[in-house]
Amino acid sequence: MGVEPGATGFRAAVRRVLHLMRKEVLELKQDPRLFSVVIIAPIMQLTVLGYAATTDVKDVPIAIVDADRSTASRDLVQRFASSANFKIVGLPGSTSDIDRYLDHGEAWMAISIPAGFGQAVGNGRSVTLQIAADGTDSNSTTVAMGYAQSLVAGYSQDLAAAARPGQPPVALVTPEIRVWFNARLESRDFMIPGIVALLLLVVTTNLSAMAIVREKEVGTLEQLSVTPLARWELITGKMLPYAVIGIIDVVLVLVVAINWFEVPMRGSIPLLFGMCLIYLMSTLGLGLFVSTISRTQQQAMMTSIFFFLMPMIYLSGFVFPIENMPSWIQPLTYLIPLRYFLVIVRGIFLKGIGLEVLWPQAVALFAWGAVVLTLATLRSSKRLG
Amino acid sequence: MGKILAVGAKEMRQILRDRRTLLILLFIPAFFLLLYGYALSFDIRNVRLAVQDRDRSTASRELVSSFVNSGYFALVGYEDSDAALARLVDEGKVRAILSIPAGLERDLALKRPVTVQVVIDGDNANTAATVSGYARLLIAEFGAVQMKTLLLAAGSPPVVIAEPRIWYNPQLRSALFLVPGLIAYISMITAVVSTALSVVREKERGTMEQVRMAPVGPVSYILGKTLPYLAISFTSAVLIVLAAMLLFDLPMRGSWLLLLFSIGLFLVGAQAQGLLISTIADTQQVAFQIALLSSMLPTMILSGFIFPISSMPAVVQAITHIVPARYFLVALRAIVLKGADITAFWQDLVALAIFATVAMGLASLRLRKEWA
Repeated sequence: MGVEPGATGFRAAVRRVLHLMRKEVLELKQDPRLFSVVIIAPIMQLTVLGYAATTDVKDVPIAIVDADRSTASRDLVQRFASSANFKIVGLPGSTSDIDRYLDHGEAWMAISIPAGFGQAVGNGRSVTLQIAADGTDSNSTTVAMGYAQSLVAGYSQDLAAAARPGQPPVALVTPEIRVWFNARLESRDFMIPGIVALLLLVVTTNLSAMAIVREKEVGTLEQLSVTPLARWELITGKMLPYAVIGIIDVVLVLVVAINWFEVPMRGSIPLLFGMCLIYLMSTLGLGLFVSTISRTQQQAMMTSIFFFLMPMIYLSGFVFPIENMPSWIQPLTYLIPLRYFLVIVRGIFLKGIGLEVLWPQAVALFAWGAVVLTLATLRSSKRLG
Repeated sequence: MGKILAVGAKEMRQILRDRRTLLILLFIPAFFLLLYGYALSFDIRNVRLAVQDRDRSTASRELVSSFVNSGYFALVGYEDSDAALARLVDEGKVRAILSIPAGLERDLALKRPVTVQVVIDGDNANTAATVSGYARLLIAEFGAVQMKTLLLAAGSPPVVIAEPRIWYNPQLRSALFLVPGLIAYISMITAVVSTALSVVREKERGTMEQVRMAPVGPVSYILGKTLPYLAISFTSAVLIVLAAMLLFDLPMRGSWLLLLFSIGLFLVGAQAQGLLISTIADTQQVAFQIALLSSMLPTMILSGFIFPISSMPAVVQAITHIVPARYFLVALRAIVLKGADITAFWQDLVALAIFATVAMGLASLRLRKEWA
């Protein structure tokens, strides 16, 4: 190496860092699969998960028992069949067959049209339709019940209107629901920025989590410690190659989110990119920190998954709103950088707000990254000394 | 068989040497269930509601009280001016507005259609979708009741009333839905992660050569590698299930034997996935990366744990068939929540068995090729 032992000065330091980076890149090339995994996998995942992660309820599978088989009952069945909210998965012959559909999870809801339904309706008597719903997925069931109630109410109204032509139509209360700030109410628009944040976290943290511990395991850390490499130089040189991979990932996932999923981009793209860089600093820093506190790669993997990634995914507000959590858990969420980054990406994407609103989150994210990188640097010194 | 046990014993010794990993694998899963079981909920209760009542009639008061009595909404107050309402939403003091038009009662009596408006803060799309579902349901129910009274009073036109009954989870507690999902998720990650590094570690350290020279075939080597981890994961999975029953009132309506069998089958498959990754990768770093990418997000998003599979596009629904947690969740929910017997989910168990066999087979093949 062209650097004299113990050489000081900024230029020498930069050269040492560059050498370390070269070594790191050479090592990464050992397994060429790494590149395809960290570049292609996130895009594939985003494409599939982006479609899957939706809380919209549609095509609710239902079973209908038509014990009546009259024109009226067939009309009602037809309405369920033609509604985009429902998908009829079976027309069992008797009410006792409903159990099977719900137990097997083939249908979420079973509607029984009683015998004599058509006659009652024709004679102008009231009829009750039994709807049995699988309450396992409590949220979707609530939504599906709303669909069913509206459909039956509409049917009821049409019946009354048909029975008494010329009369004013029967009153029907219709809900008109307007959603502010997110008029399309596409849960996809809301979820995709979250998936982008999660993918970046998973890929980059794991990359750097192995960086130092690998040298410990193989025994080459000893050699590094006798070189004139300073602690911060070690951390920087280790981090930069991964940062490049991280930036490539950022660009790719943003392109997919904006161009493929057409998530509305109301804010500034350069700002979003800048924020992603700060976020990368904290995810890579976290990985390096894990690397310094572990003895083997397996330990590093366990530590990063169980102590950092899982809590972050669940407690960040990605799917489960933080306001819903018990008050003793809510303070914990402030320790999670993903929490801040989610507010930032969603804010820039969906609301088009800038730093004037998001600065507290940006500062918190930056502080988090700085702290964890400092910790990693300090920790690595003990091991090296 | 003796060879399998020998490999297993060697692996066990290695596990015991690394206490941190062992403790994480055994106890952290149960601890996480505790934390997340409390933290995660879809139950949105007491949504702060402002009411703009332009009618001030018996009917409008009935509508408001049906909102408040449902428990989904908490009344913050009445407000007439649009500007003041908008400010309340902007400041985050209310998250929903119920706006009742003047003449609601009169129009109902005259049988004219009425529109009741609900405004929801869409800040969080997930919450907003749920809240709008609640509002739609409440208004539809109100309409049905009004129509029934009116029509019955008016004489003889027919009315069809929907009478819902909720099975399995009558209080619609989301915990009963999410806790089985968490059990599957945590067990999946623990199992995949535990074996993902086991083979590649030997490759990286160079001890693979020694194993290759030993009179152990690829199949017994693979089986021997899984056994110790299977024991650990199984213990930890049973601990989580017990914790869920004690802490979150997860019912147990079906057979224990079936439950344990399903857990075992699922774990074997998950560990086979880990082993397969381990035989494919050349470095631990790559193995780690593939293990996480193939288990962490797919198990969460594509298994039906959080997002209903039937609402996904057809292509994505097809992809969910390669996610083993999907099958396990059906079996788990059917056993504990529904008390169903094996006829309800035997296909899912078969799918799990196929997954485990294929993954094990591929891992052995891969190893045989490498050793040859």
